[in-house]
Amino acid sequence: MASDRIFGLVVIAVALAFIASALAMQTSFLTDPVGSKTFPLIIGGVALLASFVVVLKPDADPVWPGVETFLRLGFALSVLIGYAYALKPMGFLIPTAIAAGVLSYQITPRRGPALLTGLGLSGGLYVLFKFGLGLGLVGLPKAIFG
Amino acid sequence: MELLSNLGLGFSVALTPLSLFLAVVGCFMGTIIGALPGLGPSNGVAILIPLSFSLGLDATSALVLLTSVYYGAMYGGRISSILLNIPGDEPALMTTLDGYPMAKAGRAGDALVLSGVASFVGGFFATIGLMVLAPLLARAAYFFGPSEYFALYLLAFTTLGGITSKNQAKALIAACIGLGIAMIGLDNTTGMPRFTFGNLHLMDGVDFLVAIVGLFAIAEVFFFIESHGLNSAIGVKVDKVTIPLRDIIKSGWTMARSTVIGFLAGVLPGAGASLGSFMAYAAEKSIAGPSGSFGKGDPRGIAAPEAGNNAAAAGALVPMLTLGVPGSGTTAVLLALLMTLNITPGPTLFADKPEVVWGLIASLFIANVVLLIMNVPMVKIFVKILSVPAWVLLPGVTMISFVGIYSLTGSYFDLLLMIAFGAAGYFLRKLEVPTVPIIMGILLGGHMEDSLRRSMVISGGDWTHLFNSSISIGLWVAAIGGLVAPLFLRRLVKRPVPHAMDLED
Repeated sequence: MASDRIFGLVVIAVALAFIASALAMQTSFLTDPVGSKTFPLIIGGVALLASFVVVLKPDADPVWPGVETFLRLGFALSVLIGYAYALKPMGFLIPTAIAAGVLSYQITPRRGPALLTGLGLSGGLYVLFKFGLGLGLVGLPKAIFG
Repeated sequence: MELLSNLGLGFSVALTPLSLFLAVVGCFMGTIIGALPGLGPSNGVAILIPLSFSLGLDATSALVLLTSVYYGAMYGGRISSILLNIPGDEPALMTTLDGYPMAKAGRAGDALVLSGVASFVGGFFATIGLMVLAPLLARAAYFFGPSEYFALYLLAFTTLGGITSKNQAKALIAACIGLGIAMIGLDNTTGMPRFTFGNLHLMDGVDFLVAIVGLFAIAEVFFFIESHGLNSAIGVKVDKVTIPLRDIIKSGWTMARSTVIGFLAGVLPGAGASLGSFMAYAAEKSIAGPSGSFGKGDPRGIAAPEAGNNAAAAGALVPMLTLGVPGSGTTAVLLALLMTLNITPGPTLFADKPEVVWGLIASLFIANVVLLIMNVPMVKIFVKILSVPAWVLLPGVTMISFVGIYSLTGSYFDLLLMIAFGAAGYFLRKLEVPTVPIIMGILLGGHMEDSLRRSMVISGGDWTHLFNSSISIGLWVAAIGGLVAPLFLRRLVKRPVPHAMDLED
């Protein structure tokens, strides 16, 4: 109940922002009968209507995980974000080993297998992508080799 | 005769050593992807698109590879249904109902072989149906102008929301999210930026591959972290694999009927394989009546959904190829593939690029035969692979997704966007908001708006032009009916759902 109501309200807010942004859009001198605004306005309107329905007739709540699980999910999320930033400057091997190992540990918390998964995936996928499939991956940080 | 010569052209494309090799590789990978719980055809094909693209495969080869993966995943889904009582993907859900009881009764091998044969029958004959129906529909599609296309896109969204989801309002919201995302970037007609908030990365819009991989693959990782990767131990033993001829013969008619039902369900835009397997199972159950032991390991209860979902997989390609409107999540992903390869599906595809269409159809036949061989004598190999633990599998999937998207665009911004889609996908699926309409919205949003605007240019801004032909009126009626009818039908038809599953097909 509550989850759907919150979701519906969030969608209403986003839809209103979308509509406002569409109305504020600059138009060009090149226009057609419909213009750049109309279709986004229709989308925003339909979303608004549908989210009112969700707010008024919410489904039963899903089973949300506990605080601890949410923290772990948040941690996994930040590891992925860090990985995205690290991939270019740090090369493929080191960030991949860390990210894969951490994810593995998050799924099943055992140190040994997680370490092996990280190292194995990093090395194995590098060989597969670089030599098997011929993708242009950079293995190690450029700084090491100058 | 024209059909045969076209098919000959197709086989001349598909029987080259490279294509055959790709078909075998694709079938093998697809079966594994389908068999692993949590990875279905949509996420399997989704993570492979960027890779096949950066490998530099030409259009036909990439299509052969990925449709083999698609068919393979449809076959593979049944393995975990039967052995783990967890569907590998949503269409394989119905197979758990009789597959797992049969396996528990010590007939796991028989169940695997029977379902493999049923998958073959469904897939093979439905591919013949595709071959016959698609060119006819492509011819009819020449009568489609912009206003008809607009109504058709609408139909795809409403049937997707109506038939396959539990809550129409949420499906509509999902479609709007997708369409809204499609609006980001430069406006095609006027060249003005829309919804970019001054961010240069957003000028080109949001790449649908980023969204697909995020919503399908990355979101799955969060689910596995939440569940601690439980539920992946094989509960039953596979002793020896024999061919249960009696069961196969006994379920012959079941397979035939289910193929027809599944194919028709697949052709409906927005319905897809899940509906096909569900309807086939329900029909067989009512035909068998009290004489059947459905739900307790009836062989027909395995043959029906498997023939049905594989037939639907082929059927779903009909609207995708001829009209450019996908019938399911996975065909939406295949549509994304075609668009990445600069192939515009639609009636002109059959005239302009016959080698692509017929090569694809020929490779579907080849894939079916390869899959029959892989899935009957070699089924034990896949049973072994099923025991890959989640704590290796999921990090692997994540890393492959990252490399795929990164090698496609080389931009960290797209990786961040992919992660954002993954996190959003987690919450949306928790709230039972379907993610397939989002993908369809991103894919079709631009086309839908273009057809609306073109139709208005033709009529000079007269909105009644949208209803000017009998085709478009029919499509509008069907679209509204597709959205409203399930509200009433839902009371009549109750889905027998053993698990709370919300994977896409």
